[in-house]
Amino acid sequence: MNTQIDISKRKQTSKISFMNILANYSVPILFVIICMLGIYASKLNMTYILNEIVIRLSRNLFLVLALIIPVMAGMGLNFAIVIGAMAGQIGLIAIKVLDMGGFTGFLMALLISTPFALLFGYGTGQILNKTKGKEMITGLMLGYFANGLYQLVFLTFMGTIIPVNNPEIILSGGVGLKNALDLKFIQYSLDNLIKLDIAGVKIPVVTILFILVLCFVLRFVIKTKLGQDFRALGQDINIAEVSGINTNKTRLIAITISTVLAAWGQIIFLQNIGTLNTYNSHEQVGMFAIAALLVGGASVTKATIGQAVVGTLLFHTLFIVSPFAGKNLFGDAQIGEYFRSFIAYGVIALSLVLHAWQKYMKEHNKEKLG
Amino acid sequence: MKEFWKRITDKYGYPKVLITIFLIILCIIAVIQQQNLPGLLKDSLVRIGMNGVLVLAMVPSINSGTGLNFGLSIGILCGILAGCISIELKLTGMTALIAAILMSIPFSVIAGYLYGLLLNRVKGDEMTVGTYMGFSIVSLMCIGWLLLPFQSPDMIWAIGGKGLRTTIALADKFGKVLDDFLSFNVLGEPVPTGSLLFFGLMCVIVWLFFKTKTGVAMIAAGDNAKFAAANGINVNQQRVIGTILSMVLGGIGIVIYAQSFGFFQLYTGPLMMPFMAVSAVLIGGASAKKANIANVVSGTTLFFALLAISLPVINKMMPEGNLSEVIRIIVTYGVILYALTKVGGDN
Repeated sequence: MNTQIDISKRKQTSKISFMNILANYSVPILFVIICMLGIYASKLNMTYILNEIVIRLSRNLFLVLALIIPVMAGMGLNFAIVIGAMAGQIGLIAIKVLDMGGFTGFLMALLISTPFALLFGYGTGQILNKTKGKEMITGLMLGYFANGLYQLVFLTFMGTIIPVNNPEIILSGGVGLKNALDLKFIQYSLDNLIKLDIAGVKIPVVTILFILVLCFVLRFVIKTKLGQDFRALGQDINIAEVSGINTNKTRLIAITISTVLAAWGQIIFLQNIGTLNTYNSHEQVGMFAIAALLVGGASVTKATIGQAVVGTLLFHTLFIVSPFAGKNLFGDAQIGEYFRSFIAYGVIALSLVLHAWQKYMKEHNKEKLG
Repeated sequence: MKEFWKRITDKYGYPKVLITIFLIILCIIAVIQQQNLPGLLKDSLVRIGMNGVLVLAMVPSINSGTGLNFGLSIGILCGILAGCISIELKLTGMTALIAAILMSIPFSVIAGYLYGLLLNRVKGDEMTVGTYMGFSIVSLMCIGWLLLPFQSPDMIWAIGGKGLRTTIALADKFGKVLDDFLSFNVLGEPVPTGSLLFFGLMCVIVWLFFKTKTGVAMIAAGDNAKFAAANGINVNQQRVIGTILSMVLGGIGIVIYAQSFGFFQLYTGPLMMPFMAVSAVLIGGASAKKANIANVVSGTTLFFALLAISLPVINKMMPEGNLSEVIRIIVTYGVILYALTKVGGDN
C-alpha cells in the first residue's frame, strides 16, 4: 500500500516539478530580496534588527509550528488556531484571577489552558469533519464565531456566573472583564529565566529550548504510526479510508494537537508582550501565523518545520523594517504598515489561489481522461 | 408541538425561525423597557434601506454557481472610489449620488470580470479564495487611499495635505438625499422612503433579469453545470456575468449605504462588510446554491431589524461593554457556519 502511494506521489511530483520548485523556493527567495531591500531602506542598525528578530522568533514560532500537523493531515491551513489562542488566554485570565505570578504562574497557565484547548480542539474537529474539503473557510468562520462566544462569556459571565471581585480586572459595573489586562506579573517569566548576551543580541534561552523541544516532538510524531496516518490522509483521504485508517478520528487528533499547541503558543506570545487585550489579542493570531508559514514556502498541502522557521524569520523581519522603510521612502510610516498587512493577506490569497487552481486542473484532467 | 416545530424548521430553515423568535423576544423586552417603539421601527427601516442592495448582491453570485460572494468587498471598494470621485468633482445632492452610482458601474464591471475569470479557475474553492482575495484587495487599497491624487479638502487629511481620511463625511454632499426623498412621517418618525423605494426597484430589476434568457441560463448553469453545458450554455461565461452583476450591485450598494450612514468608511472599513450581507441572505433562507428575491427581502428585514432593535435594548440591560456588538458577531458568523455545515463535505 505504501509503495503504491509513493509511486503515485512520484508521478505527481515529476509532472508538476516546475510548479513544485516554484512553490518551494520562489516565495522565500522573493521575500529574502524584499527583506534585504527593506533593511537597506529602513536604515536601522543591525544589532537592533537582530534583537527584534530574536524576540519575534521566540514569541511567534511556537504558534506557527502549531499549524504543521493539520497541513500534513490534508486539512489545509488551520485558521481555527485562534480558538486555541482563546484557550491560552483563558489560562492567563485564570492565573490573573488566582494571582499567581512568575514562572509558576506561567506553568499554571499552560496547565489550565490545556483541558480547554483539548475540548475546543475536539469541537473544532467535529465541525471540520462535517465539512470535509471546506476546512479552511469553515475554520475561519468558526474562529470568528468562537470569538463572539468568547466575548459573550467574558463580558457577561465574569462577575455573575463566575464570581470574581477583583476591581483591577473587572469593569466598574461589577460584570465583565476589562479590555486590557496587565500581565506584568508573568512578563518575561520564561524569556528571562536564562538570558544570553551575544554581541549585544539578547537571547531568551529557555523560550528557544521550548521551541526546540516542540520541533523534536513534532519530528518524532511524524515518524510514528500516527504521523504516517496523517500523511496518508494528506495524500488521499479516500485511499486512507480504504486502507483501514479511521479518518475522522485521525483528523480529530490532528486538529486537537494543533489547538493545544496554539494555546501554549499564545501563552508564550503574551508572556513576552505583557498585556492581554482581552477581546482582541487572539483575533489576528491565525492570519499572522499562517502568513509566516506561507512566506517560508509552505503551501496548503505541504509544510515543514524548516519552512516555519524560515517563514517566521522573513515575515517578521519585514514587520520590523517596513514602517521605517515606508517612512524613509514615502515620508509616511503608515504606508509601510499597510504594505505589511497587504503582504500578510496577499501571500495567503496567492497560496489559496494556487492550491485551488492546481486542484481544479487535476480534477479537470481526470474528467477529460475519464 | 414537536411536529409543528419540525414543520416550520423544515419549511423556513433553522436560522430564519431562530432569528424570528429572538427578534420577537427583543421586541417584547423593548415594550417592557418602554423603549421608543416608533423610533425603533424607524431605525429598522433605515437599516433595511441602507443594507438592502448589498444583500441583493449575493443573488447573482449564488445563482450563477460561484456561491456566497465573500469577495464582495472588491465591489464595495469600486463604489467607494466612485463616491470619492463624485466628491472630488464638487457634486452635491441627488446629482452626486447618481453620478457616484453611474461611475461605480464601469469600475465594478472591470473588477467583476477579472474576479470572475479568477473564480473560474478555482472552482469549488470560491469561498476561501474569495475571502482572502477580498482581504488582500482591501489592504492593497489602503495604500491606494493614501497615494491616490485626490485634492478635495473635504476628503484629504487636514494636516500634511496628503492621503484620504479614514471617514469622509457626506452631510453636505449626498448624505441622506435618498433617505429624505419623498420621506413622510409615521407616528412622528420619518420613513426613509427613497432608500426603500430604491431597494425595491433594484429587487425588481434583478427579478426581471432572472426572467430573461441570460438569467434563466445563469440559474441553469449554477444549478447543474454539467447539464447546462450539455444544453449548450457557456457555464464559465454565466459565472463571469453573475460575478460582474454581484460586484455592480455591491458598488451601488455601498453608495446607498454611505448616503444613509452619512459617511464613507475607507481603509479597513470594507474588510468585514461582505459577511453581514452573506449572513442576511442566509437568514432569509438562501443556501450556497440557491437564492431569490424573497430570501433577500426577508433576510434583510429580519437581520437588520434585529441589529437595530438589539442595540438600545441590550445597551439598557447592560450599559458597559459592547454586548450588542457581540450579539451581532455571534449571529453573523453562527449563521454562516450553520450554512457551511449544512452544505456538507465533498464526500
